[in-house]
Amino acid sequence: MLLQVENLKTSFHTRNGIVRAVNGVSFSLEKGETLGIVGESGSGKSVTCYSLMRLIPQPPGKIEGGRALFDGIDLLNCSEKQLQSIRGKRISMIFQDPMTSLNPYMRIEDQLVEPLLIHEKLNRAEAVNRAAQALADVGVPDARRRLRSYPHEFSGGMRQRVMIAMALITRPELLIADEPTTALDVTVQAQILELVRRLQKEMGMAVIWITHDLGVVAEFCQRVVVMYAGRIVETAPTAALYRNPKHPYTRALQRSIPALQPKGAELFTIRGLPPDLSRDIRGCPFVPRCEFNQPQCENPVSLEPVGEQHCSACVRVQRKEIQL
Amino acid sequence: MFRFIARRILQFIPVLFVIATVTFFMLRLAPGGPFDEDKKIPEEIVRKIEAHYGLDKPLWQQYLIQMKNLLKGDLGPSFKYPKHTVNELIAEAFPVSLQLGGLALLVAMALGITSGLIASLRPNTTSDYVPMAIAMLGICVPTFVTGPLLSNYFGLKLGWFNPGGWFFPEDRVLPALTLGFYYAAYISRLTRGGMLEILNQDYIRTARAKGASTSRVVLRHALKGGLLPVVSFLGPAVAGLLTGSFVVESIFNIPGLGRFFVISAFNRDYTMVLGTVLFYATLILVLNLIVDIVLVWLNPKLKFE
Amino acid sequence: MPLAAEVPNLTPSDEIVPDKGTSLWLDAWHRLARNKLAVASAVFLFLLAIACFIGPMVVKNTYYAQNLELGPTPPSASHWLGTDKLGRDQFARLLIGGRVSLMVALCATFVSLTIGVFWGAIAGFVGGKLDGIMMRIVDILYSLPFTIFVILLMVFFRDLEAQFRWLDRFGIPFNLLLLFGAIGVVEWLTMARIVRGQVMSLRKQEFIEAAQALGLRRRRIIFRHMIPNILGPIIVYTTLTIPAVMLLEAFLSFLGLGVQPPMSSWGLLIKEGAEVMEEYPWLLLYPGAALAATLFALNFLGDGLRDALDVRASKD
Repeated sequence: MLLQVENLKTSFHTRNGIVRAVNGVSFSLEKGETLGIVGESGSGKSVTCYSLMRLIPQPPGKIEGGRALFDGIDLLNCSEKQLQSIRGKRISMIFQDPMTSLNPYMRIEDQLVEPLLIHEKLNRAEAVNRAAQALADVGVPDARRRLRSYPHEFSGGMRQRVMIAMALITRPELLIADEPTTALDVTVQAQILELVRRLQKEMGMAVIWITHDLGVVAEFCQRVVVMYAGRIVETAPTAALYRNPKHPYTRALQRSIPALQPKGAELFTIRGLPPDLSRDIRGCPFVPRCEFNQPQCENPVSLEPVGEQHCSACVRVQRKEIQL
Repeated sequence: MFRFIARRILQFIPVLFVIATVTFFMLRLAPGGPFDEDKKIPEEIVRKIEAHYGLDKPLWQQYLIQMKNLLKGDLGPSFKYPKHTVNELIAEAFPVSLQLGGLALLVAMALGITSGLIASLRPNTTSDYVPMAIAMLGICVPTFVTGPLLSNYFGLKLGWFNPGGWFFPEDRVLPALTLGFYYAAYISRLTRGGMLEILNQDYIRTARAKGASTSRVVLRHALKGGLLPVVSFLGPAVAGLLTGSFVVESIFNIPGLGRFFVISAFNRDYTMVLGTVLFYATLILVLNLIVDIVLVWLNPKLKFE
Repeated sequence: MPLAAEVPNLTPSDEIVPDKGTSLWLDAWHRLARNKLAVASAVFLFLLAIACFIGPMVVKNTYYAQNLELGPTPPSASHWLGTDKLGRDQFARLLIGGRVSLMVALCATFVSLTIGVFWGAIAGFVGGKLDGIMMRIVDILYSLPFTIFVILLMVFFRDLEAQFRWLDRFGIPFNLLLLFGAIGVVEWLTMARIVRGQVMSLRKQEFIEAAQALGLRRRRIIFRHMIPNILGPIIVYTTLTIPAVMLLEAFLSFLGLGVQPPMSSWGLLIKEGAEVMEEYPWLLLYPGAALAATLFALNFLGDGLRDALDVRASKD
């Protein structure tokens, strides 16, 4: 077991009340495994991962409770110093928007060598060599010369390659990818996806891939966690989830992929809006939008096994009252 | 870059020309003249003096002569200090103002950037409120209040410093503090604002994700962008430090250019006023150019147009 | 195809423009009301204005009555803030000085506001070559030593007073008018830049384009959509200009270039106080505190307005 997250709770204290962005999330990850976290915007998938690295802005954000054991170290409660020695060395992150995630005032070279200087105490010349190698590995042509450039001289896709090179330059055990392809062109998306898959194979690291794109998950991940309103509603091996979803929300998500629907049919949409997270939600958060809802759904519900490695947080599925 | 600088310097010429012309005619059209107050001097002698300085010629001729001299860099003789040329007077008085302004700028930068940084690291806590309250105090209590207070308290009451004058190294302390404090307050607020904005950027999160320590994040990643507003402010600030020195120089009895300027304005010392105005204008133009160059140098996204 | 049928048949009339403006302003108002410091500042300024404009008519001492036998006295029951060297009541002088300082601040700010808004708006609306020329002028003026020019204006033209004696009949001292003008003329540059920037960015914004696409008349776009959006920054910057102008007035008075005794202003009182502060510290302390407190209040109110109207900081 590489990472075990238990009952993570993160909230934001805003003027309009406490927003419970992540509300009791638990999952685990094996060495070298690829886990997808899926959900719409505001479902808490990104906050979950930022919480693991303690990268949410505090205040207003606050990690209210839970544990996240990474190789025996509790990421949520260890010292800042210990965390710094893990960040960028054993766990790396790549971010959604490569346009804003690179420092516009620093040369690519200075940003690329930084993890090496911080964690591996290399001297400058060695670090620059490694940086050039890393940049070439992610497919940036003419790497040694490009090291001297500034981020604004790169295209979006190239910048994301730089981000990936920077994240992987220390050969981390875990890569957390926060929607790294969302801001890119479709063709570039495929290239980046392929790149990460190749590098994962070469380095044998585990990957948490955050996305709202079920297609990416199907292609790339071994296991999937589906999040809604700050909670996990379903988790399963990818194939099982696709073939046999066990939560109405997952089912609805699947049905709203345009490509999977017959030509000419009206596009499926999930009616209503996600709930306001500054309110207390006792039962299943999907109730107001669910076509199967019943009074019993208003009672508290937990994630329970409903099949082999397959868990669902739908009471009616757990009781086998509905087939999806 | 050299073309950029050359072009900007070329632009100085029309600007300085307009300033010289406007100042010249403003001086001449205003009532009163340099030798009015000396009532005791007989009319004849006044006329002689005026003839000596060419003040009896038609205005347009005087203007042309003045401009010709200015082109040669000759600011002319002073009317009130007949033994000196304006060039000499400026050369004597400006170093004093420069020293005062430079020290004040050091005070302002050191105090302002440090306190602004401290405030920005923990916004909306005591370590933010206290420096910001002091900064507000600095902005709201003008130099002509702090100056006399400092001079009186540390000079006369405690006797740590001389209450005025510009003779010993320690005489620089109170004036530099007085002048610097106001700008420190401004720089502090700018630093805080700039840093807060930068510290919220995505790339700061990237740096933290790489395992950079807080000091590394602040010093290597945030400072450069966060101080851009401060650098832009330095142009007007230095101009303000130089012109603001009028008051401090008169409070602490410092023989700087500011005081000279005000006195010569009162005295209608035409050449001295014109010379000082042109000198200040050139200085400010050059300083603004330097600030622009530094801005381009700091921000890789900017290019010399 | 069915998309077109979905759009209701809109006519370019006034009714379809939702009255969002009020709720935005209301929102800002609530935010301001929650800011205790800003509210306290506003109350303070209001009371100060009343005291300075009505006070001199109410208090029994006048600002000009001298009492040479009395001379300088510390604060007492009959002279709340003491008297100066000539035995003039400091409290009365502080009030009348406040009136002058506030008036100079308001009028000079108004002058700069008018010039700045017109200059910036014209440059922004017309754009193109004219904009280039107008902004180039602002750039050049920015690089000038302006305090020097104000000093020159004040020094040289106050001697014209004799020719403007007729102004006194209307109760406007020429000196004061000169002060308004001189300060107003130099303080408009930033305002012009802000307004122009706002107009330029607004012109490119989608909702203006949308309004144009709906066929709204130009006048309506300007009054209904652009002005409300420019108003925020103008209000905020105006509140922040007032303290700058007060400071400049005090600075000029301190150099002896502002109003002349027996008239007073806070800058003048500070100057007089600074000269004798060793023996009679109260003569410096009270006007200094009054000026500082007012500047405090104006700055806090300005900051509060900026937060309430959510104006991006343009100066700091």
